[in-house]
Amino acid sequence: MELVTPSIGLVFWTTIAFFILIFVLGKFAWKPIMQALAEREQSIEDALSSAEKAKEELTRLNNESEQLLKVARAERDTILKEAKQLRDNLVADAKGIAQTEANKMIAKAKVEIDNQKIAALAEVKSQVANLSIEIAEKVLRNQLADKAKQEALVADLLKEVKLS
Amino acid sequence: MCIIGLFKPNLNKLILVFAVLSLNSAISFANEPVKKADSEHADAIAEVRDTSAVVAENSAATSHENAKEEKFNPSELILEHITDSHDWHLWGHTSLPLPIILYTPKGLEVFSSSHFHHGEQAYTTANYTYKIEENKIVVLNTENEIDEAATKTIIDISITKNVCSLLISVTLLLFIFLSVAKAYKNRVGKAPKGFQSMIEPIILFVRDDVAKPNLGKKYAKFMPFLLTVFFFIWINNMMGLIPFFPGGANVSGNIAFTMVLALITFIIITVNGGKVYWSHIFAPHVPWWLYPLLIPVEIFGMFTKPVALMIRLFANITAGHILVLSLISLIFIFKSLVIAIVAVPFTVFINVIELLVAFLQAYIFTMLAALFIGMALEEPHAEEHH
Repeated sequence: MELVTPSIGLVFWTTIAFFILIFVLGKFAWKPIMQALAEREQSIEDALSSAEKAKEELTRLNNESEQLLKVARAERDTILKEAKQLRDNLVADAKGIAQTEANKMIAKAKVEIDNQKIAALAEVKSQVANLSIEIAEKVLRNQLADKAKQEALVADLLKEVKLS
Repeated sequence: MCIIGLFKPNLNKLILVFAVLSLNSAISFANEPVKKADSEHADAIAEVRDTSAVVAENSAATSHENAKEEKFNPSELILEHITDSHDWHLWGHTSLPLPIILYTPKGLEVFSSSHFHHGEQAYTTANYTYKIEENKIVVLNTENEIDEAATKTIIDISITKNVCSLLISVTLLLFIFLSVAKAYKNRVGKAPKGFQSMIEPIILFVRDDVAKPNLGKKYAKFMPFLLTVFFFIWINNMMGLIPFFPGGANVSGNIAFTMVLALITFIIITVNGGKVYWSHIFAPHVPWWLYPLLIPVEIFGMFTKPVALMIRLFANITAGHILVLSLISLIFIFKSLVIAIVAVPFTVFINVIELLVAFLQAYIFTMLAALFIGMALEEPHAEEHH
């Protein structure tokens, strides 16, 4: 029966040992360990949540920059388009102006040419008239020595004049 | 942890089986061999007398041992190992004498157990004459007979083998956990390292799988108790598995040790018992005329819980020690080394199982203590579910 009879000595020492353990370990081991564990868990949780936040922030920034890029691209496109339009307009305008200018110049040149032509013709005509008169004078002077010849000449000349 | 998780659903069954099995073996063992031991003892004494008639008085001790060697008695050997003693047997005929401390009406007596010469001689101090009889210190009167009346008045608080082992365990625990606590202080916010990382999962296991599910929000208050109980039982179980000094004592398989732990658990349960807990006992949800029957049963139930804790740990650890020692004894019973081929691997197997049991019993004790405290803490709103 010794096996199942608790001995007072061991009861006494076990009680003392247990209370020493619970007080010393409770104060100097369990308390700091539990505290450290709780703190570490808290810090890990904080780190995780802040990482999550950072990730969210990053995606937000990414989205934002993408949006910005999109807007910028669209703007660039419109600017380019406008520039092209402008260039086309400018070219077209320039062409029109050049054309009208050229037309004007051509018209002017034509007028000038006509004027010159008229002037030249007039001069030619007067030259011809003068020459005809001189020739007529010389012929007349030669022909007029003979009356009959004079008349025939006059008649021929007249004929010629009418022809020209 | 995986194994524990596997066991969890069947925990109650497991506990029951364990308790029944080991209790059976312990009880049958306790009944049988003691008688046997008595008769063997008588034989041995008779033989000693015979031989002492022939041989000189001095050699009486050796011839006693010769008689013992001739007749190997496993139950005596096993009983000697699993019970307490006043000196620590190291090897052969060498033992470590331990201090005897007696609280007597005539004052405190402190002397070495070596004065008893392994229980064979009486020792006389200024106050009394003492002798060790069946592992207990008794007072002898002037006629060298046991003085029962005087024996009852002395209180034996000696540093026995178990107490010594207990103090070694306490020192180890203090050393381990104070150094681990220091590591936590030095490495704030860093990952655990070395010994710290071995201890941490166990602490977290006790906190997250034992305390939190059973105690709820108030778990922090009971953590020191649960952790201390867990590691105290575990280290004593483990020390008991070491076959030689400084281990080998059967501390956690001693009823006094388990009784103290169960008693402390009982006090914690009772002190923390809330309104719900007491109303379960004194005003159960049954018709009033059943009260005379049920209230005594409930009061009885208050005590069976810690008693079950006490017996479970005691029986499991003691049964383990008996099993290992029995297997080793087989070699000496058959006096053949061939048996060792079977017995040693089997002992190794049982020892490995005992390693698991050492953890498991510490876990079960802590788990059930947490469960009972949790029941005592129960809040009124939970009652509506019944």
